[in-house]
Parts: sequence; C-alpha cells; structure tokens
Amino acid sequence: MPDLLIELFSEEIPARMQARAREDLKKMITDGLVGAGLTYSSAGAFSTPRRLVLALEGLTDESPTLREERKGPKVGAPDKAIEGFLRSTGLNKDQLEIRDDKKGQVYFASFEKPGRPADAIIAEVLEQTIRTFPWPKAMRWGAGSLRWVRPLHSILCVLSDDAGARVVEVDVDGIRAGDRTRGHRFMAPDTFAVSSFDDYRAKLAAANVVLDAEDRAQTIWHDAEQMAFARGLELVEDKGLLAEVAGLVEWPVALMGRIDDAFLELPPEVLQTSMKEHQKFFSVKNPKTGRIEGFVTVANRATADEGATILAGNQKVLAARLSDAKFFWQNDQRLVTSQGLSGLGAGLRDVTFHNEIGSQGDRVARIAALAGEIAPMVGADPQVAREAAEVCKADLQSEMVYEFPELQGIMGRYYAQGAGLSDAVADACRDHYSPLGPSDDVPTAPVTVAVALADKIDMLTAFWAIDEKPTGSKDPFALRRSALGVIRLILTNDLRVKLGDLFAKGYAGADGADLLTFFHDRLKVYLRDQGIRHDVIDAVLAMPGHDDLTLLVNRAEALAGFFKTDDGENLIQGYKRANNILTQAEDKDGVEYSFGAEEKFAEVDQEKALFAALDQAEAEIAPAMAQNDFATAMGAMAKLRGPIDAFFEAVQINSDNEILRRNRLNLLSRIRQICMSVADLNRLEG
Amino acid sequence: MTDAPSAKPAAPRSFQEIILRLQAYWAAKGCAVMQPYDMEVGAGTFHPATTLRSLGSKPWAAAYVQPSRRPTDGRYGDNPNRLQHYYQYQVLIKPSPPDLQELYLGSLRAIGIDIDMHDIRFVEDDWESPTLGAWGLGWEVWCDGMEVSQFTYFQQVGGHDCHPVSGELTYGLERLAMYVLGVDHVMDMPYNDPDAPIALLYRDVFRQTEQEYSRWNFDVADTDMLLQHFKDAEAECQRILSQDDSDATGRRIVMAHPAYDQCIKASHLFNLLDARGVISVTERQAYIGRVRTLAKMCADAFVRTEAGGADLSAPTHGDAA
Repeated sequence: MPDLLIELFSEEIPARMQARAREDLKKMITDGLVGAGLTYSSAGAFSTPRRLVLALEGLTDESPTLREERKGPKVGAPDKAIEGFLRSTGLNKDQLEIRDDKKGQVYFASFEKPGRPADAIIAEVLEQTIRTFPWPKAMRWGAGSLRWVRPLHSILCVLSDDAGARVVEVDVDGIRAGDRTRGHRFMAPDTFAVSSFDDYRAKLAAANVVLDAEDRAQTIWHDAEQMAFARGLELVEDKGLLAEVAGLVEWPVALMGRIDDAFLELPPEVLQTSMKEHQKFFSVKNPKTGRIEGFVTVANRATADEGATILAGNQKVLAARLSDAKFFWQNDQRLVTSQGLSGLGAGLRDVTFHNEIGSQGDRVARIAALAGEIAPMVGADPQVAREAAEVCKADLQSEMVYEFPELQGIMGRYYAQGAGLSDAVADACRDHYSPLGPSDDVPTAPVTVAVALADKIDMLTAFWAIDEKPTGSKDPFALRRSALGVIRLILTNDLRVKLGDLFAKGYAGADGADLLTFFHDRLKVYLRDQGIRHDVIDAVLAMPGHDDLTLLVNRAEALAGFFKTDDGENLIQGYKRANNILTQAEDKDGVEYSFGAEEKFAEVDQEKALFAALDQAEAEIAPAMAQNDFATAMGAMAKLRGPIDAFFEAVQINSDNEILRRNRLNLLSRIRQICMSVADLNRLEG
Repeated sequence: MTDAPSAKPAAPRSFQEIILRLQAYWAAKGCAVMQPYDMEVGAGTFHPATTLRSLGSKPWAAAYVQPSRRPTDGRYGDNPNRLQHYYQYQVLIKPSPPDLQELYLGSLRAIGIDIDMHDIRFVEDDWESPTLGAWGLGWEVWCDGMEVSQFTYFQQVGGHDCHPVSGELTYGLERLAMYVLGVDHVMDMPYNDPDAPIALLYRDVFRQTEQEYSRWNFDVADTDMLLQHFKDAEAECQRILSQDDSDATGRRIVMAHPAYDQCIKASHLFNLLDARGVISVTERQAYIGRVRTLAKMCADAFVRTEAGGADLSAPTHGDAA
C-alpha cells in the first residue's frame, strides 16, 4: 500500500497560523480521501515558515467498486424522463429492470460504480483543499485569482510504494505538482527531488530545514537553557513565545546576549515585555538577584562567524528599544514624584471610555464611589478602597502603558510605590483587573477585592444601562469575562453579598433582573466546569436568595453531594412519585391540596410514621435552612426516604373513601412543601 | 537566482550612496525610476505612482524616493531615530512577479548587506491604510532583529479589489542607512561621501529644518487656517470629481489626478492638525473617514481613465460621434 507525501511550498506563513493550518490540512485531505472510499493507516502534518506538509502511510491503491441501485420513472412515463434516467445511469433501456411498486410498474437501474485509482482521488481532494483552505486571512498575488496565505510557489505530491515513487498529476491555477522542493532559503536554496517521506525529511535536514515544529522548539529550548546554565543563569519559561519562534525559523540557532547594565534598573516585566513583543527574545534571569540580565534570540541560520554579527545587530536593536523604555520609565517616574499618581491620571477625564458612558475619568469616579460602598462587605477600609480606586487606572496615562498596553496594572503598582502610596493601594492598582482568564489567580486582599468588584460591576451595569449586551459570539467589551470575574471574586472570598444590592449601587438605569439572569448563565457554565449538573443548578436557582452567589453555590454543592448518595437518589424518586400523583389529582379535581393533612385520619402504621417523620423533618429543616446549613437540611430530608417508601408500599392514595383520599393527598402536599423548602426538586432530571 | 552570490559589493559610505545604489538596482531590474511627488505626503504609498497605479489592469513598475512628513514624529532633531521629515524608498510592481522576494534580497545585497552573515526574516505584518481605504498582506523584513523594510501584496486600494495584485516594497531609508553604515544617531550619518571636499552629515542638511518644523508643527501652525484648508481641499476634490467626464469641446478627460492632489492635501492637513493636538479621539475617526471617502472617489475616477485600465474605445454619452 502506497504512502502519500504532500508539500505546499509558499512564501513565509505567519507563525501564529501554522498549528491550525497543520490540523486543517490533515483533516481536509483525510476527510476527502476517506469520503471518496480510500483508507489509510496513519497521518502526520508538519509546518515550517515556508511549507505545509502532510504525510499519509498505508493508503489504499483505489476506492472499492460499489453496486448501486436506483429507482427510475414509471413504465410508460414520457420518453424524455426515461432518456434522462438512462443518461444519468449510463445504461441502455434493455439493461433496466422492471419491478412492481406500490403505484405500479417502475424501472430500476442496477449498475456497478467502479472503484477509482488513488491518484485521481488525491488530485481532486488536494485541489479542492487548496481552493477552499480556511486561512484566517488569505490573499491573491500576481495576475492570478488563487488565494493562499501568501503566494504559493510549488506543490509536491508523491505516491510511493515498493515499486517506486510517482508524482500525482495535479494542476492548480498553473502550479503543477511535482516531486521537487527546496531547502533553507539562504543556506541551501537549490531544488531537489524526493521519493518518499523519509527521503524528504532526511534531505530537508541535510538542506538545513528541521521539518517538525516540535523538534525545532525542543532544540531552541534545550540550547537556550544550556547557554543560560553555563553562565549560572536561567531561562524564563514562555511556551507561547517558544511556539511562535519555532514557527519563524527552519534552522534554529539560539544566541545569548547580555542586557546592558544601564537598563537593569527597569522593572523585570518591562524588560521581558519589550524584548518579547518587539524582538521575540526569551528573557534570562539571574536566580541570585531575580533580575532579568540577559536574553536569547533565535536566528534562522548558522553563519561563518557563529552568529557574532547577528547577535551584535540584535543587541544594538535591543539597546535602542530599551532606551525608549527607559525614557518612558523615567518620564513617568518624574511625573509621579512631582504630581502623584493622581497627577499622572489627571488626563483620564479627557479620554473617552464610551460615547454614551462618558470619559475614563467619569468611570474612575464611579468606581471609587462604588468601591467605598463595597468595602465594608469585603472587610476593607472604605477610605482606603476609595483612594485605591481613584488611582487604579492612572497608569493608563503613562508613557509606558501607552507603549505596552499589556503592562497596565503592573506599572500602576510600580508608580503607586513611587508615589509613596501604601502596599494595599499599590497591590490594588496591579491586581484589580484580575481575574481575567478562567485560570487566573483571584485576588484576596480586601482593598483589591473591593476595587476589582467595583470596576467590573460598573462596567456591567453601565453597558446594561445603554443596552450593549453581549450577543452570540459578539462580546466586544468582554462583559462575560467581567461577570465571571465577579463570580470568582465572590466565591473564592466566600463573600455574602447580594448581587441585586451591588447592581443598584452601580451605573444607574441597568435592568438588574436581566443582569442577574446573565450572571446565572455565567454561573451555570462555571459550575458545569466544576462538575455540577445543570439540573442541580436549576433546582437551586429556582429558590429564593438566588442573588447571593455564595449561598447558591453552597446549596448546589450540598444538593449535588446529596444526590450522589443512595438516600438522595431514592428520595428524589419518592418525591417525584408523590408529586406526580398529587399533580394529577390536582389537575383532575381543580383544587390545590394544601389544607394540611390530619393525623387522625391515618389508617395504617406506615401512614402514621410518615406524619411523624414529616413533623421531625420540618422541625430540623426550617432552622437549618434559616442558618444556611444545607448539610443538616439535606440530612433531615434524607431521613424521609424510608417513611415515604414504606408509605407508598402500604397505602393506596386514591382510596374509595373520599375523606381518606383527600387527607392522603394533603399529606403528599406536605412532602412536596418540605422538600421544596430545600430546593426545587421538580427541576431535577432522572 | 538572479544575482551571482559571489559578487559582494563593497560597503557604501554615505546616505546618498545607498539611495543611488537602490536607484541603479531597481532601474536594472526594469523599474521606471520616478521622482518624488511634489506634494507633502505621509508615506511613499501616497505617491500616485503607487496609490492610483496599483488600480486597474495595466502592468506597472516604478521605483522612487519619496520625502515623507509625519508632523507628530518631530523631536527637534534630538532623537536618534525620529524625524518629522524623512525619506522612503518605494517600489511598486504590478502584477507582483513570482520572484519578488528574491529581487528584494538582491537589493539588500546591492546596498552592501552581506546576506550570508545576517539573519533576514519575513515576519508577518498586515498593512492597512484607513485613510486610503487600502489593505494588503505581507511582512516586515527583519535584518538581525531590525525592521529594514515593509513588503506588501496589495489586496485593496481606495475600496477597489486589486486585479492584478501589486507587490509593494518600502524601505525606511534613514533607518536602513544607519544600520548599513553603523551609525547610532541619524544626525551623525554621512550624507555625501565622507571624503568629499565638502563632506556633509545628515545634521548639516536637516538638523535645523527638524527644529524649525518641530516648532511650527507643534506650537505655531494656525489651526483655524489648517481646518479651513482641510475643508477647502475636501470641497475642491469633490467639485473636481463632480464635473462631466467631457470638457466643453467634447474631449473626455476624467480629472482623477488633480482630485487626488486635493485628497493628499487633506490627508497632510489632518496630520498637521493632529500634531497640534486639536483633534479629539472621536473626531479622529471622523477625519480619517472623510479622507478615505475622497480617496475612494479618486480611485473610482482613476479606474475610468485609460491609465486605470478603462476601455475607452466604446463611445460614452458625452463624446462627440
């Protein structure tokens, strides 16, 4: 069975698009081949800056022959219809079969669909793949109309087996597939022919191209680590940067350099960000001082001077970049020293946040007021929370954050310290944006929590007030992230706050009920990720007090735990049985059986026992729920399982005696009422 | 490959030698070497030899130096890398030839960059000009981590899809020359040959003008007048384009270029106003949108001209029979 090798050779493919492109190529080609009846045993996709490669092993030579049967027109149908049917099947009239059908006699065609050679199928699938490839951004070039991520230069498409290798005939807009490719752009630019994947990979390696991005990444990391280690330093891990750099080179050569002493006063985050963003350098740290003292750059080639020229050039560019950074740092520091952090942020009042919501300055004033209100709820000093909020966005006006927006907050902390503000305020400046991602650390310092909540609640209520809510995939202001941030802040810190109260203190005019629903949706997603079933969440969301998230989650967790026990599972069955009978009777009789059952009408022991059990459960559940002690409430509810089961075993509800029937229905109603005081069990599935 | 790799040219000695070598190189590769456009522009792309000529079906190949003005970048001649007036070298070839990357690398060799000793990289950089209603895909070219050129395949200009696609190369001449000549401050760069009887540095030519323009751009330019000029240019552009295609004697003359001059003017006036700090964040978008509208109208007009590839053999309504 032959192996297939495809290489699409182009001008430089953006690094960030390569991983996805590998997957897309593999999926589109293999789906296409399999859809056309071929099979294969394994597939591997690869990329370099200039090539996208797929290698398939054990491909079948041809697709199988299939028998197909097709129903045609009725016997006696117009000639045109019959001719059309013959054309579509490729048969003549004598070869048709006549069968009896419900509506009379009908022509049937039965014919073989011969298998097709792999070559023809590959050619079709490859052309289709190239023409419809889902690049995030594609372009045309020259006078053609073909679209690819950058100009596509050649297609290599080779089928190889024991008998040898052959080129699959494909021609896409004048680019004819062949068996030739090129090596490294500078180190080995000549073309060469390949006969199989192994041959291809080996010849590429000889021509200074490492095919596998993973291999390139490993080489980079290993070499860089060794170089740092040799000088008693350590490499700062950055997986995203490593993947990106591996996508920028075909022949990685790591080079290490030192950062000039003149720049070591810059905060490590600044050094790291500048080097990464502008030059894609890795940072190298001195473990003794914790400072960033060096860098590793990755060149795409080896040179006769072992990279000395390249390193010197990079070092020079770095010096120019860091001079800029130092200039910003010193200017910002000077301003902060003379005018304070609020002086730095004074310009925020001239920066539009949103046309309908006002300036950044307006927003800061609102956050400060709100943070003051929230402070007592989270154990923070209202005065300090207000102070922190007033300066928390000041660094957005700094030159450094203008240059490196990702340093927002981080610079705020440095500048707060520079202005002589307290650690609590400085930390709030840095951390009040958190948590951003679902795995970010959640702040716990009270002042930070107050400011972080105020920031997010202001954002949410303001956009709700002007009706700019997220829809579908559109969430330009990242409001879902803000809501999740509030949820995580509340839960992590075990805060007992009512969202409704927070909303009311936020931006005026927001529809609090609607916003609460939005929060509940986010909460469901969050809890589902924590492994809590959505119906359990629904059961607690239906209860009062559902704008207290900590309460909600405690209740959901207790309920989820309860239903994992035998008692829990059986109780819910008993409850549902009781509820079904009751609901049917209520529907039928047109009344609600909530008059209270009377024990004097109880006939059998099991019925009397249920009365006693319900009395006891009620006595335990009510105070437990009042204290939000869900474990006790669930425990009390669990004890109902036995009496309920026994009751159903012994007693027929729909007694002929109307008094007994009504009393038992009222008894069922008590079961419902007691259970429902814990959670809305009707929402539970199964 | 188009160049013999063994022929390594000697290192250039001055700013102007680098320009001369680029001119000679691209002339040898068949480009029409054009002269700078005689108006203030923010970048070489604004030259009609790029903006307008990238439109329509007619083949085109041009290379030229374009003095470029970015008033907000003025630093009174003090900053080693920033200037409010600098030079770009611009190459535009339509349709983009398949070996454009190789041609480009040849130009680096021509100005004395030893390709074998450096790390040249094509790093993703999509280009977009909101004022021109234009975008393209390509790279910034890095030499040892330093951006030395921009390389773009135009996809759309003035709201029109580019068919065929032009390949555009832009070299920031000062920055590139500083790198090649090993100079750290732009003002220290030899402008002509250092051994010339009257050797001139960049500072001898431009230090004073940088100071003068920085002061005028930031502090002195009359903003009311600039605003009025902006309105005038906008109005004139629209008025030109609202004329009939045919003149009083029946000749069909679409005035795409005179209209486009007004569009360039409006764009530069906007840049001046921006440097004076009188344009707010929200207004900014509106101004850019107004210039873009003009650019689109000019593009619409250009594609109705002969140079724009329009088929003028069919008589139009205004033509005399």
